Amino acid sequence: MWLFLASETLFFGGLIGTYLLYRDASVAPPCATDCTFDGVTYQGLYDIPFTSVSAFVLLMSSVTMVLALAAIQRNDRRGLQIWLAATALLGITFLAGQAFEFTEFYHEGLALNTNLFGTTFFVLTGFHGAHVSVGVLILLALWIMARRGRITNENALNVELAGLYWHFVDIVWIVIFTLVYLIQ
Amino acid sequence: MAGLAIEQPAPTLGQAIRRIREEGATYQGLWSWLTTIDHKRIGMLYGATAMFFFLVGGIEALILRLQLARPEQTLVDPDQFNRLFTMHGTTMIFLVVMPLSNAFFNLLIPLMIGARDVAFPRLNAFSYWTFLFGGLFMMASFFTGNPAGSFIEGHLGAPDGGWFGYAPLTRGEFSAGTGIDYWAFGLLILGVASMAGGFNFAVTIINMRAPGLTLFRMPVFVWMTLVTSFLIIFAMPIITVALFQILFDRIFAANFFNVAAGGTPLLWQHMFWLFGHPEVYILILPAMGIVSEILPTFSRKPLFGYPFVVFSGIAIAFMSWGVWAHHMYTTGLGSVANAAFGVSTILIAVPTGIKIFNWLGTMWGGSISLKTPLLFAVGFIAMFTIGGLTGVMHSVVPSDYQQQDTYFVVAHFHQVLVGGALFGLFGGIYYWFPKFTGKLMNEPLGQLHFWGMFIGFNLTFQPMMILGLMGMIRRTATYEDGLGYGLWNMMSTVGAFVIAASVLVFLINVVVSMRSREEAGADPWDGRTLEWGIPSPPPAYNFATIPEVNALDPVWHEKYVEKEAGETVPAMAGGADLHAAEGETPHLPSPSIIPLIASIGPALIAAGFIYIDNPWVMPLIPIGAVITMVGLIAWALEPATE
Repeated sequence: MWLFLASETLFFGGLIGTYLLYRDASVAPPCATDCTFDGVTYQGLYDIPFTSVSAFVLLMSSVTMVLALAAIQRNDRRGLQIWLAATALLGITFLAGQAFEFTEFYHEGLALNTNLFGTTFFVLTGFHGAHVSVGVLILLALWIMARRGRITNENALNVELAGLYWHFVDIVWIVIFTLVYLIQ
Repeated sequence: MAGLAIEQPAPTLGQAIRRIREEGATYQGLWSWLTTIDHKRIGMLYGATAMFFFLVGGIEALILRLQLARPEQTLVDPDQFNRLFTMHGTTMIFLVVMPLSNAFFNLLIPLMIGARDVAFPRLNAFSYWTFLFGGLFMMASFFTGNPAGSFIEGHLGAPDGGWFGYAPLTRGEFSAGTGIDYWAFGLLILGVASMAGGFNFAVTIINMRAPGLTLFRMPVFVWMTLVTSFLIIFAMPIITVALFQILFDRIFAANFFNVAAGGTPLLWQHMFWLFGHPEVYILILPAMGIVSEILPTFSRKPLFGYPFVVFSGIAIAFMSWGVWAHHMYTTGLGSVANAAFGVSTILIAVPTGIKIFNWLGTMWGGSISLKTPLLFAVGFIAMFTIGGLTGVMHSVVPSDYQQQDTYFVVAHFHQVLVGGALFGLFGGIYYWFPKFTGKLMNEPLGQLHFWGMFIGFNLTFQPMMILGLMGMIRRTATYEDGLGYGLWNMMSTVGAFVIAASVLVFLINVVVSMRSREEAGADPWDGRTLEWGIPSPPPAYNFATIPEVNALDPVWHEKYVEKEAGETVPAMAGGADLHAAEGETPHLPSPSIIPLIASIGPALIAAGFIYIDNPWVMPLIPIGAVITMVGLIAWALEPATE
C-alpha cells in the first residue's frame, strides 16, 4: 500500500508540475485570478472562501476516518458503521462542491479546451476528484461489509488500508489547494 | 510452453478447476492455462507471448532493413516507414524486452527466495492478461487504416510518432488517424500491467523470503528484480500522466501541448524522458541480474564482489533519475543544464563499469565451461561494454550535438538493448530452460544460434556506427545515391537477416529440445541458487518444505564444503535436503478466471474512447467499465483458497 501511494505521489507530482509550469501561460481568458488581455480586465474565477469550506470538509473526513479505524480496533462495530458512513458522506459533499465549482467555471466560459488554465485545472482537479470517487466507493463497500458484520478487529487491516488511501487523497488535496488556489 | 492441448470434449470451467486441483501440474487443458495463477505457468505465458511479439517486431525490422538496403528504394513509402519504425521500437521495448524480463521474474523469484508463489497470485494473472490485451490492442492499430478508417485501402493505421512520440507532433493536427490513440492507450494498459507486476514482485521479495534468507544472501537476480520493480513503480506514473495529457489533447481538444495556446513542446520531452531513462534501466537491470547468475555457475566460482554488484545496481537505479535531459541537449536547455546532465551521465557509467569488472573477476581463474548460457553472458559483457562506451560518448555535449538523430544513436541503443538486454535474456533462456521443462536445450544448435546472432549483430550495428559518424540521419525512409552510405547499409541489412536466421535456429532448438527424451535432472549445471535444489520441472507447490537458508548460494554449500586452502570438495552428506518430505501436498490458492475477465475491461474502455464519436463503438466505455468493476468486486468476494 505504501508503495502504491508512493507511486501515486509521482502521478500527482506530474499533474501538479504541469499546472505550475503553465501557470500564467494562458494566452486567452478566463483565468484563475484577475487578468488582463488586450486591455480588458477579466475577473478571476477562484472563489477561495467556497473552496476553503470544501477543503475543510475533506479534511474533517480524515478525522472521521481515524475514528472509524479506532472504533473497529476496539471492536466497536456500531462506531465503525457510523464513522465510515460519515466519512463517505463528507467525501460525497466534497465531490458535490467540486461538481458545483466545475459547472460554475464552465458557465463563466472556462472549458477543458478554452486555454491552458482550463486544461491543466480541470485535468488536475478532475483526476483528484476521480480518486476521491474511488475512495467513496471503497468506503461504501466497507460500510456494507460492516453492516453485515463482516468486519471485525481481526480484519481491521482492510479499514486501515482504505484509511491510508483516504488520507493520501486528502493530503494531495491540501497540496493542490495550497499550490493551485492559495499561492498566486 | 508445454503442450497447450485442448481436450475433447471441452470440460466446463467447474470440471476443469476440479481436475486442476486434483491433478496439479500434470493437467494441461486449455482452462488450466486460462485460470492459472501459478507463477511458473504465468512466466511461461509471458515468455511465449513475448517471443511472438519478438517475431512481429523482428519482421518489422527486416522490412525496414530491406527498404534501406540500397539507396532510393521504394519498398515502403515514407509514411509506412514511420509507422513501421514506431511499432518496431514500441514492440521491442514494451512487448518483448519488458515482458521477457517479467517472464524471468515470474519463473524465478519465488523459487529463488524459497516461496510457494508470489505475494498476490491473482494480481499476477491479471498482470499477464492485461499485458496480452494491451499488446494485442496496440497491434490492432495496423488494421485500422488511415486516415479514413478503412480496412480495405491497404493503409497501415499504426502509430507514426516514433517510440518516444514527441508532442506536439502527436497532436491531432500533425498525426491524423487513430494510430497515436492506439499507441497511447496501449501504453496506458501495458503500464497497468507493469505496475501491478512491480508491486507484486516488490512485496514478494520484501515479505516472502524463506527463513534465513537475509537481503544480502539473495541472489543478484532477485536484487535486480527488486530494484527494477521500484523503478517501474516510480517511473510508470510519470508516463501515465504524459499519456493522459496527449490523449486529452487528441480526444477532448485540450491544450497541454498546443503551442498556439501557450503550451510548450518541452513538457512532453521532460515527462517522457523522466520516465524514459529509468525505463532504460528497467530493460537492462534484469539482464544484468541474469548474467550475474550465469557467470558464477559456469565459472564454478562465487560472484566476485557480490556487495559491489548489488550496490552498483542500486546506485544505477538512483542515478537513473538524474540523467534524463541528456536526451535533450539540442533542445536549448542552456549550457548549465547540459553540463550538469553531462556530468551525471558520465557518473552513471561508474557503477556500470564496477559491474563489468566484477563479472570479469568472476570468470578470472575459474574453471570455465563454455556452454551456450555462458557464451551469451560473455557476449553480453562485450557488447554491452561497447554500448556503454558509446553512451559515454553521447554524454559529452559537443560530441552529442554531432550525433543527435544520426544512426550512431541507433547503433548505440541497439548495442545495449540487443547486445545487452537480449543477449542476457537469451542466456537466461538457455540456462533455466531445463529447470522448467525438464529438458536441456540442444548444445550444438545453441552454439550455432549464439554465433549466428553474435556475428549478425555486429554486422548489423557496427556499420550503423560508421553511417552515423558519416552523418546519416535516422528515421528517414531512404537516402540518396552517391553519399557513400550504400555499402554500409547493405552490410547492415545482410546482418539483420543473419540475426533472423539465428532466431530461427533458436526456435528449432526449442522444438527439438522439447521433444528430446533425455531428462535434464534437477541440477544439470551444478547450480548454486535455491531453484536447483528442487526437481525439474518444479512441482506446483515448488518446495515441499520451505527451506532454511544459511548462506549466499545455498545449494552450492549444500553440495560442497570448502577446505582451508579455498578449494572445494563435494560434501559427504547432511545439509538441508530440499527435495525430501514428499508427504502432504501443500495447500495452494485456487485457480481463478476472474483476473482474465477483469483485464478485458481496460481495452474495451480504450476502444470506446478512440471512437467516441461513433455511437456503435462508444458504448464500449460503460461496458468495459462495468466488466472491470464486476470483475474487481467478484475478485474481492472470491475466496483466495477454497
